[in-house]
Amino acid sequence: MWKAVRVGAAAVLAAALAVSAAGCGGEEPAASDEKVTLSYAVWDKNQVPVMEELAAAFTKDHPNITINVQLTPWADYWTKLRAAVTGGAAPDVFWMNGPNIQLYADNGVIMPLSDKVDQAKLDLTVYPKALVDLYTFEGKVYGLPKDMDTVGVWYNKELFDAAGVKYPADGWTWADFKTAAAKLSNPAKGVYAVGANLAGQEYYYNTIYQAGGNVISADGKKSGYDDPATIEGLRFWTDLIKNKQSPDLKTMTDTVPLQLFESGKLAMYWGGSWNVSEFSKNEYTKTRVDAAPLPTGVKQATIIHGLANVVSAKTKSPAQAWEFVKFLGSKPAAEILGKKGPIPAYTGTQDAWLAANAQFKGKIFLDAVSYAVPYPVSRNTAAWNDEEFKQLTKAYTGEVDVEAAAKELAAQMNALLAKE
Amino acid sequence: MTATVTGTADDVRTAVPAPVPARRRRQWRHRGAEAGWAYLLIAPTGLGLAVFYLWPVLQTGYFSFTEWGPFGGHEWIGLDNYRTLLADEEVLQALGNTLLFALLGLLGIPVAIVFAALLNRPRLRGVSVYRALFFLPVVTMPVAVAMVWRWLYNGDFGLVNYVLSLIGVEGPHWIADPATALYALVAVCIWASLGYNIVVFLAGLQAIPREYYEAAEIDGAGPVAQFRRVTLPLLSPSLFFVSVLSVIGSLQLFDLVYVMAGSGQAARANPAMPRIQTVVGLFYDKAFYTNDRGYAAAIVMALLVLIVVFTAIQFRLQKRWVHYG
Repeated sequence: MWKAVRVGAAAVLAAALAVSAAGCGGEEPAASDEKVTLSYAVWDKNQVPVMEELAAAFTKDHPNITINVQLTPWADYWTKLRAAVTGGAAPDVFWMNGPNIQLYADNGVIMPLSDKVDQAKLDLTVYPKALVDLYTFEGKVYGLPKDMDTVGVWYNKELFDAAGVKYPADGWTWADFKTAAAKLSNPAKGVYAVGANLAGQEYYYNTIYQAGGNVISADGKKSGYDDPATIEGLRFWTDLIKNKQSPDLKTMTDTVPLQLFESGKLAMYWGGSWNVSEFSKNEYTKTRVDAAPLPTGVKQATIIHGLANVVSAKTKSPAQAWEFVKFLGSKPAAEILGKKGPIPAYTGTQDAWLAANAQFKGKIFLDAVSYAVPYPVSRNTAAWNDEEFKQLTKAYTGEVDVEAAAKELAAQMNALLAKE
Repeated sequence: MTATVTGTADDVRTAVPAPVPARRRRQWRHRGAEAGWAYLLIAPTGLGLAVFYLWPVLQTGYFSFTEWGPFGGHEWIGLDNYRTLLADEEVLQALGNTLLFALLGLLGIPVAIVFAALLNRPRLRGVSVYRALFFLPVVTMPVAVAMVWRWLYNGDFGLVNYVLSLIGVEGPHWIADPATALYALVAVCIWASLGYNIVVFLAGLQAIPREYYEAAEIDGAGPVAQFRRVTLPLLSPSLFFVSVLSVIGSLQLFDLVYVMAGSGQAARANPAMPRIQTVVGLFYDKAFYTNDRGYAAAIVMALLVLIVVFTAIQFRLQKRWVHYG
């Protein structure tokens, strides 16, 4: 308790000092544009350097605006952001994702940007339509797309060679995947074909759409989990666990699939284009892994998603915050991002990303856009995401049959959707 | 001025308003000043308690009758949260888990007594080194402790299972297996609080005068009888203190489970989660994940009642077995 008081007192003192220091600096007659510092909240530590580079590039053109990049790890990002918004201390500009956009827009936490976009005569068709739609709520645009990602299969060439299995390639199917999985697994040695991670975006959402099912209806009002095709998409994973071609949930709780893949225990890892930065840095995966498109089920599908930069509705410097978001959505910013970060959303700037990551077949992630399915969301996505974990955990452990679990999930999800 | 020196008895009486002997009056005034100082000196703590503990408790009590929007703003809904609470299986499960944690946590007490008795042996060398070693977990950050134990308990690469494999036993995934997770966590809780309990018991043991043991010896009591008839009764105040703290601590368990159950998403997919979710963990989930703050407030109010009841029972029972020598 006293520590908190002391820290508080120190903060007050520091603030007072800062104010007086600012007072000293302000000798000259004040220019029309005051100096402001914008906070910019992000969650990916791999992207912090390129975010800081973008911030510096922006400050170069706008010397009166300094950007303070604040990193909060993914696990705590949304919890902390909600608490900050509730307490009136939201960052000025922050990263937004699909599952949360409608909640934040609907509650007036973030600023609608449509008027500003019109005023600045920005052309939104430079971004993939799926992403602009994702960040449009009740006819208004709330965020400018920053990057985009699709999902593919990362595979360990060494393990494929050792098992004498051909590398995955364009046009491979579920049947090919299952044949390969059987050959690649060696449970006695702790080596498995793939980790059936209980995650939607990189795992079961993809197979659900590949099987011809859906997670949520197009109007966002009805759950798709009771659709037999959707259940087939889930069974894809529960069968892998049952056949010991994937570690069970207990193993993956102790050691997450990413760690298993990076220590040569998984032959395949379903991941996003964003994994490029991780796999190019990791000593083990750097030379051993490559990417391939997802296998085709009844149809070809991959989940497309991308982040957007949004402005807090309560920011003290709305004009400056918009300037910054506009810059982040611009072509020059996209080019900087592409060299060091994820795939930029700005059409025509993706070559820089491909060139920067030439050691992997990055093109498969760009080609996937043509058959990509938008990330399923609704107004309160987090509520039914929680239910997905609760019900599907039981199906993945085998405690409940996958069909029964999916139907229970559909019922719970429909009840939650009705409350939105 | 002259009146006081040469004045009559009447003068004196008017000068002294109350019929109080001067000496006692001075003592009172003295005491008043002393009390003033005392209040002043405890004011920071008192104020801190009021601002950081009492006020939040009252506010939480109020919030437990409200429903919250995702970003603040609340409306009065009366007893609705409490009605939901009584029928919520998740809450009942978490309550059951928490009570089991509290009950099993008490097993740490005999362990601490044994270690304290060993450390209290008169001719033991390096007592302070042992004491520091045992106390180390207490002054280590719980999150750091939990991280290390998470690695130790890892089903495939953990040290615990490696040691077991040396004697031909294949250990489970300790914290992901519904059958073992709770016990694995209890073991860590006991280990983490052992140092603190040992110090309390050691102080209690050292406060027992040697003469009692000498007298007991002369009366023909062996070591066991000495322990039962002298040590235990005189140690009972420490025992009481430690058991009350242990129960309250277990009922408030959160950090160890939060860190050890898995990081972020991995924890949500942990098959053992329903078996190790504590009341405070559930509170955290509702308040900060699904953002149901009003309901979360109702959950902690229920926990508050539970703690008060348990502590009251313990204070009631102490009359039967605690001896203040």
